[in-house]
Amino acid sequence: MCGIVGIFLKDPALEPQLGQMLSSMLCVMTDRGPDSAGFAVYGTGRPDHVKLSLRAAPGYDFEDLARGVSVTAGGVPGLSVRATHAVIEIPAASETAVRAALAAHHPEVAVVGSGARMEIFKEVGLPSEVAQRFDLSKMSGTHGIGHTRMATESAVTTAGAHPFSTGADQCLVHNGSLSNHNDLRRNLTREGLTFATQNDSEVAAGYLTWRMRQGASLGEALKAGLEDLDGFYTFVVGTESGFGVLRDPIACKPAVMAETDQYVAFGSEYRALVDLPGIAKAKVFEPEPATVYFWDRAA
Amino acid sequence: MNAQATAPLAADLTFDLADQPLRDLNAALHKAGVETNARRWHVLNPNGRHAVAVGINAPLEIEIAGHVGYYCAGMNQQARVTIQGNAGVGVAENMMGGFVHVKGDASQAAGATAHGGMLLIDGNAGARCGISMKGVDIIVKGSIGHMSAFMGQAGSLIVFGDAGDALGDSLYEAKLFVRGAVKSLGADCIEKDMRDEHKALLAEKLAAAGLAGTVDVSEFKRYGSARRLYNFHIDNVDAY
Repeated sequence: MCGIVGIFLKDPALEPQLGQMLSSMLCVMTDRGPDSAGFAVYGTGRPDHVKLSLRAAPGYDFEDLARGVSVTAGGVPGLSVRATHAVIEIPAASETAVRAALAAHHPEVAVVGSGARMEIFKEVGLPSEVAQRFDLSKMSGTHGIGHTRMATESAVTTAGAHPFSTGADQCLVHNGSLSNHNDLRRNLTREGLTFATQNDSEVAAGYLTWRMRQGASLGEALKAGLEDLDGFYTFVVGTESGFGVLRDPIACKPAVMAETDQYVAFGSEYRALVDLPGIAKAKVFEPEPATVYFWDRAA
Repeated sequence: MNAQATAPLAADLTFDLADQPLRDLNAALHKAGVETNARRWHVLNPNGRHAVAVGINAPLEIEIAGHVGYYCAGMNQQARVTIQGNAGVGVAENMMGGFVHVKGDASQAAGATAHGGMLLIDGNAGARCGISMKGVDIIVKGSIGHMSAFMGQAGSLIVFGDAGDALGDSLYEAKLFVRGAVKSLGADCIEKDMRDEHKALLAEKLAAAGLAGTVDVSEFKRYGSARRLYNFHIDNVDAY
């Protein structure tokens, strides 16, 4: 069992409250997942720049790291440190070189996500502690997704916490368990993907990355997943412009959605949504199994 | 019994779950005997909590103002429970008697294993509606999801809208009536003739739910067990 949540704002006036809303949703889902928690928030971004979400051991000197990559990045990168995580903002053109420099000179630092606007934070511990550690309630943004984990398929580690990044500005949270993830991991590794954990959800994220790399849209990649992913899942996927939801064909894992003029929200249970503004008048419904749902800012 | 008469009644007792623990509500409901004078209970701010108003064994009228979580009104006997919103997984599961009315949608496994009474859902029901039903009457004014009435043993499932995949898989003797389209039938479930006795039965159930005359019973199709899975078939002896 795990808890997953997501919120997508239609009304820009709510953007300063996004972190507060996501934090409340995440904390209610503690009894579905007390082992670890994580979230992705889509905030502001600078044109032609990319944000790298980094994770290191407690007390790590991210400022020193930022200075270290300044030559590669063509200037000292924008830096925002939150506990064990930091987000550095670099010119998009320098991303490949900076990633190579990090891999070569700072193996102690993990890149957990990247994108123009996406920032990812995840840690072992109760969701309320994790949200507080990263000061989630003060974050603003257009949309975000979150996860509370009750570990089943792999160890309780920060690396096994969700969300898993699936590509630039893309990430995934998963409630369920996949039964063919070892086979899929072998096949995807052969296709050139790398995996940091033995976690089944990371394989699902990698699978979507691989599909999209081959030219599929996110919706097409999710649809293809219905054929190739064996097991139980409800996925919530974040992208630069929106978020998507997919449940397995037998709808093994719960899902509730609420929509108002101001937002679309997802929760494993309705309880996660009760503190949202105007929820009493929201259209509350259960997403259908094997059906791709997608909300997009461009639409 | 009239399911249409659901205008909020003056409550004898109001329980606000924003201030009062859910356990206290359920304990008070369990303590209420047949002789209690407090018949009408109003439950405020359910906020999706699980196991609201479960195991009631007294002729109470409970009105719940909002959405509930899992297993609401489970194991109900005698009580009439109205949910002014959506219900999570397993509403009225293992109900023995009484009347449970969901004004919104119900999630999966609505009325699972229920032995008696009536479950009325104004909206849609999710997957596995009436799974292993054992005598309950379930009326869904919207549509139902896949694998509904799986291994249903007795009772009736009446659907005004459509049914999802594998309706009535491994069915025993539950009676299924669907007005709309059935995506597919499960193993050993077949369409059967809708004879006058079945129309009469359907009309009787609708009347009991306060829905007499709201739909034309001749628009429904009847589905039931082909009874081919009841006994061991001698042709399968080679499997051993």
